[in-house]
Amino acid sequence: MNWSDALIQLQYDLGAPQELSWLVEGVTYFIGAFILANAALILALLLIWITRKVISRIQDRIGPNRIGPYGLFQTVADALKLLSKEDITPASADKISYLLAPVLSVVGVLMALAVIPFGPALIGADLNVAVLYLVALGSLGIMAALMAGWGSNNKYALLAGFRVVAQLLSYEIPMVLAMLAPVLLVGSMSMQRISEAQSLYLGPINLGIGWFIFLLPGAFLIYLIAALAEAEQTPFDLLEAESELIAGFHIEYSGMKFAMFFLAQFLNSFFLGAIAVVLFLGGWQGPFAAQIPLLGPIYFLAKTFLVYIVIQWIKGTFPRVRIDQMMQFAWKVLVPLALALITAQMIIMKLPLPIWINYALLLAANIAVVVAVLNILGSYFEREQVRSKRAFAPRSLIGTMQPVQSSSGD
Amino acid sequence: MLSQWGFVLILSAIAVVIPVAAIVLGHFLGPRRPDPIKTDVYESGVETIGDTWVQFRAQYYLIGLIFLIFDVEVIFLFPIAVAYADLSFFSVIAAVTFVIILLLGLFLEWRKGALEWT
Repeated sequence: MNWSDALIQLQYDLGAPQELSWLVEGVTYFIGAFILANAALILALLLIWITRKVISRIQDRIGPNRIGPYGLFQTVADALKLLSKEDITPASADKISYLLAPVLSVVGVLMALAVIPFGPALIGADLNVAVLYLVALGSLGIMAALMAGWGSNNKYALLAGFRVVAQLLSYEIPMVLAMLAPVLLVGSMSMQRISEAQSLYLGPINLGIGWFIFLLPGAFLIYLIAALAEAEQTPFDLLEAESELIAGFHIEYSGMKFAMFFLAQFLNSFFLGAIAVVLFLGGWQGPFAAQIPLLGPIYFLAKTFLVYIVIQWIKGTFPRVRIDQMMQFAWKVLVPLALALITAQMIIMKLPLPIWINYALLLAANIAVVVAVLNILGSYFEREQVRSKRAFAPRSLIGTMQPVQSSSGD
Repeated sequence: MLSQWGFVLILSAIAVVIPVAAIVLGHFLGPRRPDPIKTDVYESGVETIGDTWVQFRAQYYLIGLIFLIFDVEVIFLFPIAVAYADLSFFSVIAAVTFVIILLLGLFLEWRKGALEWT
């Protein structure tokens, strides 16, 4: 039974009149949406804490550890501090787009919550166009960043606004094409249907590990790279490169308006991970999830947090790419490969062969894409390493800067 | 189905209220001491020279245009993907031809140098 049906039934049991069914439904949806949106805010506090802990562990630091157990309330203290900060609006800013941008960026992220299936019966609205809806919301975030960059009337912010157009638009195409692969396989854009399709029946028992990543690793890899760029995470954080643009498009924002951008960014990388989990990692599917309904949300959140931690791990280890490398990688590698993959999948799955040969061919095509992407990435890194070795190995100093050898005896 | 869009509507209203409430709260809780230097444009302590909203590279227009083409293509691909199970092999070939024509367009742009970022 769906959560909303259960809540509606509960209200009728409590004595709500039958003729006011629209009001009962409205109250139900309001309660659901209110809990969901506020849970997202608390989640953001947790996500920022996780990020700071993971990054500081990578950098051999301890990270926040003063306020609350393990520094858990550090982000709460930060939020309170930002609340008490002065709300500065630059005199020369374009007021409408300047003030609208932080609101719009949070709206675009929070609305994605509506279609994320946390469990078999725990989904806000099981829309039949959910994937398209998520793609549309992604554009809202781009719009917000562009409005902030343009409206601030600041040169750094404007440069970041240009980069928003270049980066987010370019990586939107491979991301959407990669999201098309599971849709093509399931034949539905509903997130719940896609989750349900990733079951694996052994006789009557649902093992719940028929995840699409085992069949579509190529699409998953393309999605993951594009999602990193869409979430403005470090290998692709050109829009807010601290050393080049100070803070990018939110440079002129202070206090709560800045906090809204911060919130939107962390929630966005979490939700992109959640979409990856639904489309490729089985959603709430897992061993015994069908027998014990409580396991569904636990599996879903565990997988999503795992993806989030991997994203933070990448953030902590990779250097930032240059803009020309970034654009080339999107248009010359990811887009043609994603299009080829979709085309291959369309043809392969219609070939009049036994179904397992179709699946084997599909897997082979995906593995070919994975190998191609990893090869190109590897050659990029190799070239960069050679270049930086040449730049940073001063041969003339090697002889003079040896550590003093302590002679034995003293 | 319609009631599910009702949920989306209510959620979008809440999603607007939350950031607006936070910003308004911050506006009234924080101090307010405006001064012409504070509300000036920040540029690492240097005074800004000239207009901010300057001309920019035509490259960004090209990327925007190419994005538009591909985004429209993707919009066409989603209905095909949903109806895929009912399609005959011939209609799938027609869809693939459509993709290949666009792929050729991408290679043309590549040859013309629209994707170079120098």
